[in-house]
Amino acid sequence: MDNKDKILMCGNEAIGEGAVQAGCQFYAGYPITPQNELTAYMAKRMYEEKRIFIQSESELSAINMVFGASLVGARAMTTSSSPGISLKQEGISYLVGCELPAVIVNIMRGGPGLGNIAPSQADYFQATRGGGHGDYKTIVLAPSSVQEAFDLTMLAFDLADSYRNPVIVLGDGFLGQMMEPITKVQSVKCKVRNYSKDWILTGCKGRKPRMIRSLFLGEGELEEHNLKLQEKFNRIKNREGRFETFYLEDAEFILVAFGTVSRICKAAVSKLRDSGKKVGLIRPITLWPFPEEIIKETAKRLKGILVVEMNAGQMFEDVRLVVEGNCPVFFYGRMGGGVPTEEEIEHKLISLAV
Amino acid sequence: MKIKSKTNSPAQTDGTLKKVFSRPESMRDVAMHYCSGCGHGIVHRLICEVIDELGIRERTIGVAPVGCAVLAYDYWDFDTTEAAHGRAPAVATGIKRLLPDRIVFTYQGDGDLAAIGTAEIIHAANRGENITVIFVNNGVYGMTGGQMAPTTLLGQKTATTPWGREVSRDGFPLKISELLSLLPAVVYIERTTVNKAKNILITKGAIKRAFQNQIENKGFSLIEILSPCPTYWHMSPLEAGQWIDAEMVKHYPLGIIKSNC
Repeated sequence: MDNKDKILMCGNEAIGEGAVQAGCQFYAGYPITPQNELTAYMAKRMYEEKRIFIQSESELSAINMVFGASLVGARAMTTSSSPGISLKQEGISYLVGCELPAVIVNIMRGGPGLGNIAPSQADYFQATRGGGHGDYKTIVLAPSSVQEAFDLTMLAFDLADSYRNPVIVLGDGFLGQMMEPITKVQSVKCKVRNYSKDWILTGCKGRKPRMIRSLFLGEGELEEHNLKLQEKFNRIKNREGRFETFYLEDAEFILVAFGTVSRICKAAVSKLRDSGKKVGLIRPITLWPFPEEIIKETAKRLKGILVVEMNAGQMFEDVRLVVEGNCPVFFYGRMGGGVPTEEEIEHKLISLAV
Repeated sequence: MKIKSKTNSPAQTDGTLKKVFSRPESMRDVAMHYCSGCGHGIVHRLICEVIDELGIRERTIGVAPVGCAVLAYDYWDFDTTEAAHGRAPAVATGIKRLLPDRIVFTYQGDGDLAAIGTAEIIHAANRGENITVIFVNNGVYGMTGGQMAPTTLLGQKTATTPWGREVSRDGFPLKISELLSLLPAVVYIERTTVNKAKNILITKGAIKRAFQNQIENKGFSLIEILSPCPTYWHMSPLEAGQWIDAEMVKHYPLGIIKSNC
């Protein structure tokens, strides 16, 4: 790759550019740190592209504007950080209930409450368990580099349209603020496809009127709707799990980490490999669907797994669930804006007799 | 509502009956779930008549609220969606910004528009979204069992104000139309009622004007309709209609509140 094809951007801007190139036609957002560069980037780029940008009066309003945009067939996105994402949960639940595609970006900060503006991964449960009311899932993509923030945002629009379901891009304050050179367009593995949307509202000219709703009051109607949704979630689960492995082949002990933390873990793995330790890493790229198979299969031959996160141990629970006791699973985490260092991870591994 | 035939009898010379009154094309032929004496059915029909008369059925998108009118889309025969409680103006904003040549309206009750959705209505109005808002004010939360609404009158008994609404505890009935009229981007606000034939005709005229404003790209219009809720006012339909004249209009005077178009 020629250097002239590269551009220096922060993660927030890369997400914005990914959205623009994925054909995002509508953006609504509300300021919150540490994702403000993203809203500002969209304000500029959407204007340049003659698309629609609205700074909404609240996160509630932003997600509902996206709801309106999506139901007329537009690719639509809203972005925020943890406290703002909590406010969007009502709307996300409605989007799923109405089977409307949308992209929601969460650049996580420390919590609970107002917390702080430092990086965190404490919204893992919220993102992977649904977050709002009702039985539902959203696809969750977790980039670990600025390039991947761009690529996965493009993929997010594609997945949202193909499944008619919201997709969450889950980054953290570190990723949002960090600058790295990225390659626009060339590296993109997903194509911007045109989906024929025969369900959207456009006015009933030449066809029967349509209705988009999540209210089902008839006897058994809502259960039927839920069964249909669950069938879709199962399809997604079977097809869309994504992960990366690092020194996995002969590893006896592995780390499992996502996002920013996975990069620190990689550095720790490389260093320990230099001293002859057989360590490796699995990095889930989709947090839901969780890459169960690879972890489950690998666990059978491992001495142990260390899960490292910037939270109190959230993905840790998913790892333990899929490992099913086949090897010991340990946890190391930092909270409230603390970022685990390479040394801390190394020490933890050594303390586990790796 | 108007009988178009000029003859006194609908009987034609060949002995068959001539159809002089029918269901609007925009209205489905189904029974409504509303209580007897409720104003929603009337307002639904007026909207349908206006849409038919303006010839906009095929380019109209309606946004239903949460509340008694949550099932409005079962009665309207054009594209409709339902918004989360109070969020209809935000949903309508998304729709209208992308499809500016479509006619987009929200249908909202007093709890939906003047309590939980206060921020959404104020900011949609303040942005001057070119949409039409039909605001049905019956002073109570009907769907959930007749609790106090932001528009409940002082002294009015509801499920949550069993001894009447009291200023010291519950604040004043909210005049949201007057409040919205202060916003420069709002072009038209009128308050009407549907308690008798004359007022129903006035309401229809107001709704038509609000839709016409949107067709002509004039901006944000809202029609507030004082609507009877005999069930939770604990009155007969006749008494409820009379109560609007006797009590409700004292606090919510009828007429054009703002006309900048």
